[in-house]
Amino acid sequence: MSVPKLELRNVQKAFEAKVVLHDVDLKVGHHDVVCLIGASGSGKSTLLKCVNLLFPIDDGQIFLDGKDITAPGMNPNEVRQRMGIVFQAFNLFPHMSVLDNITLSPRKVHGLNRAAAEDRARELLDRFGLGDKVTEYPDRLSGGQQQRVAIIRSLAIDPELVLLDEVTSALDPELIAEVLNVIRDLKEVGMTMVIATHEMGFARDVADRVCFLDDGVILEQGPPDQIFRNPGEARTQQFLQRIIEAGRL
Amino acid sequence: MTERSPIEDFGRGPGLFGPRRRSVAREEGSRGALIAFGSTVVFIGFILWLVLSSEAWPAVQRQFFNWGHFQSAWPAVVSGFWLDIRMFLVAEVLILVIALIVAMIRALRGPAFFPLRLLAVTYIDLIRGVPIILLILLLGFGVPALQLPGVPNSELFWGLTALIISYSAYTAEVYRAGIESVRESQRMSARSLGLTQIQTLRYVLVPQAIRNVIPALLNGFVSLQKDVALVFVLGVREGVREAQIYNARTFNYTGYIVATILFLLVSVPVARFTDWYTDRDRRRKQAVGG
Ligand SMILES: Nc1ncnc2c1ncn2[C@@H]1O[C@H](COP(=O)(O)OP(=O)(O)O)[C@@H](O)[C@H]1O
Ligand SMILES: [Mg+2]
Repeated sequence: MSVPKLELRNVQKAFEAKVVLHDVDLKVGHHDVVCLIGASGSGKSTLLKCVNLLFPIDDGQIFLDGKDITAPGMNPNEVRQRMGIVFQAFNLFPHMSVLDNITLSPRKVHGLNRAAAEDRARELLDRFGLGDKVTEYPDRLSGGQQQRVAIIRSLAIDPELVLLDEVTSALDPELIAEVLNVIRDLKEVGMTMVIATHEMGFARDVADRVCFLDDGVILEQGPPDQIFRNPGEARTQQFLQRIIEAGRL
Repeated sequence: MTERSPIEDFGRGPGLFGPRRRSVAREEGSRGALIAFGSTVVFIGFILWLVLSSEAWPAVQRQFFNWGHFQSAWPAVVSGFWLDIRMFLVAEVLILVIALIVAMIRALRGPAFFPLRLLAVTYIDLIRGVPIILLILLLGFGVPALQLPGVPNSELFWGLTALIISYSAYTAEVYRAGIESVRESQRMSARSLGLTQIQTLRYVLVPQAIRNVIPALLNGFVSLQKDVALVFVLGVREGVREAQIYNARTFNYTGYIVATILFLLVSVPVARFTDWYTDRDRRRKQAVGG
C-alpha cells in the first residue's frame, strides 16, 4: 500500500489526569471515507481535533502524506490550510454574511483576491443549493442550511482532507438528509474524509471503513458490512444493540 | 430583500388577542405617562418652593445663580470648556485604539507571547492601582520639569497623556471581558481555517467582542468626558480652571454653575443614549436568543 493520506500512530491525549485517547492507530488512504462510531465520550471529537492540531497530542505521531505534522517546528497554520473540519454546532461567524464566512480563509490565509474567492464561494453555494443565501447572515438560516454553509466554508480552501464531527447531531430530523447528501456528493468526487457520526445507516452507506472507538481505543475496524453485521468484539455488539434499540439503525 | 425570521414576527401578527391587547396597553401607557408627568411636576414644584422660600435663598442666588455674573463668566468658561471637549475627543480616539491593542496582546495564547502578555498585564495592574490625579501630577509637572530635548514640555500634553495611559488600562479590561465573552468554539473554528491568532482576533473575536461591550465603552465616554477637567490641577485653562479663575477674581460662584451646566449638557445625553442602546441591545438579544 502506498503512503496513506493520513496516519495516526500510537496517539495519546489526556486532559489533565483523564486519558481520552490511548494508543490510537489509524490509516486513511487517499479518497477513503472512514467513519468513526462509538458512544459519546469515547473520544471521537478529540481525535478529530488532534488531527487538526487544535489539541496538542501527548504522545505518538500524526502523518499527513507521510509527513509528521506533530513534529516540533511544524507550523500548525500550514497544516490546517490543507484540511477542513466541520463541527457539530456549525460555528459560523455570526457577524459575517454567508459569503464572508466562506471567503475569509481563502482571502486572508490563502491570499486569493476578493473576486476570485467570491466566485469560488458562489460556485460552491450554487452547487449545494444555497445560491440564494449569499448575502444572508447565519441567524437567518435553518440549522441544515447553516451546516451546509459550514461544510462549504471548509471546502472553499480546496482541502485534501475533510474532518466531519457529528455534523448532523444538532439538527432537527427533517434537516439531516440535506446535510448527508452534501457529504455523499463529496464522496462521489473522491474527497478523503474522516466522519464521526451517530447516523449508522449513513455510515453503512458511505463508509469504506468503519472504526469503533471505545473509551479512547479503536477497538475494531473494518468494512461497514463486517462491523454492522458481524462485529467481532462484545463491546461493539453491545453498542450496536443499544443503537438498534434506540431505532437508529 | 430580506425575509423576516418567524421569531421576529412572533407577537406582531394580528393574532386572536393581538389588537385588543395592544390598544389596552397603549391606553394604560398614556395614562401612566400622564400620572408620571403630573407627579413629577408636583414633586419639582415642592422642592422649588422649599428652596426658594428658605431664608438662605437670597444669599445662594447672589453667590451661585447671579444672572450678571453668569453673563460675564460665560465667554471664558465656554472657551475653556471647548478645550475640554477637544481633549476628550483626542483622548477617546487614542484610548479606544491603544486599549484594543493591549487587550489583544493580553488575549494571545502560547508561551511565545508570554513576555508581551506579561507586559500588558503589568501595565494594566500598575496603572489601575494608581489614582488618576497622581498620574496627572506626576507626568504633567514631572516631565516638563525635566526639560528633555525633543520632548514636548507642555502641561496640557502630559496631562492628557496621563489620562490616556490611565483610561487605556481600564478600557483594555473592558475589551478583554468582551473577547472572553465570545465562545471558545468561535476561536477554534477560526483557527481550524488556518487563521493565525492575530487574524482570529482581528476578524472573528474582536468584532463580536466590541458589540458586546459597547454599553461599557459608552459609560467610559461619559466618565472621561468629565475627567478631562482634572488637568486643571496643572493650570491648563480648561472650563473648570476658567470657572475657578473667575471665582478667585470676583468671589462669586456662578462661574462654577456655568461649567456645571456645560458638562451636564454633554454628559446627560450620552448617558441617556447609553441606556437606550443597552436596553435595545438587550431586547434584541432576547428576541434572537429566545
Ligand atoms: N477540552 C476538554 N477539556 C477536558 N476534557 C475534555 C475536553 N474535550 C473533551 N474532553 C473529555 O474527553 C472525553 C472524550 O470527549 P469527546 O472527544 O468529545 O468524545 P465524543 O466526541 O466521542 O463524544 C470526554 O470524557 C470529555 O469529557
Ligand atoms: Mg463529539
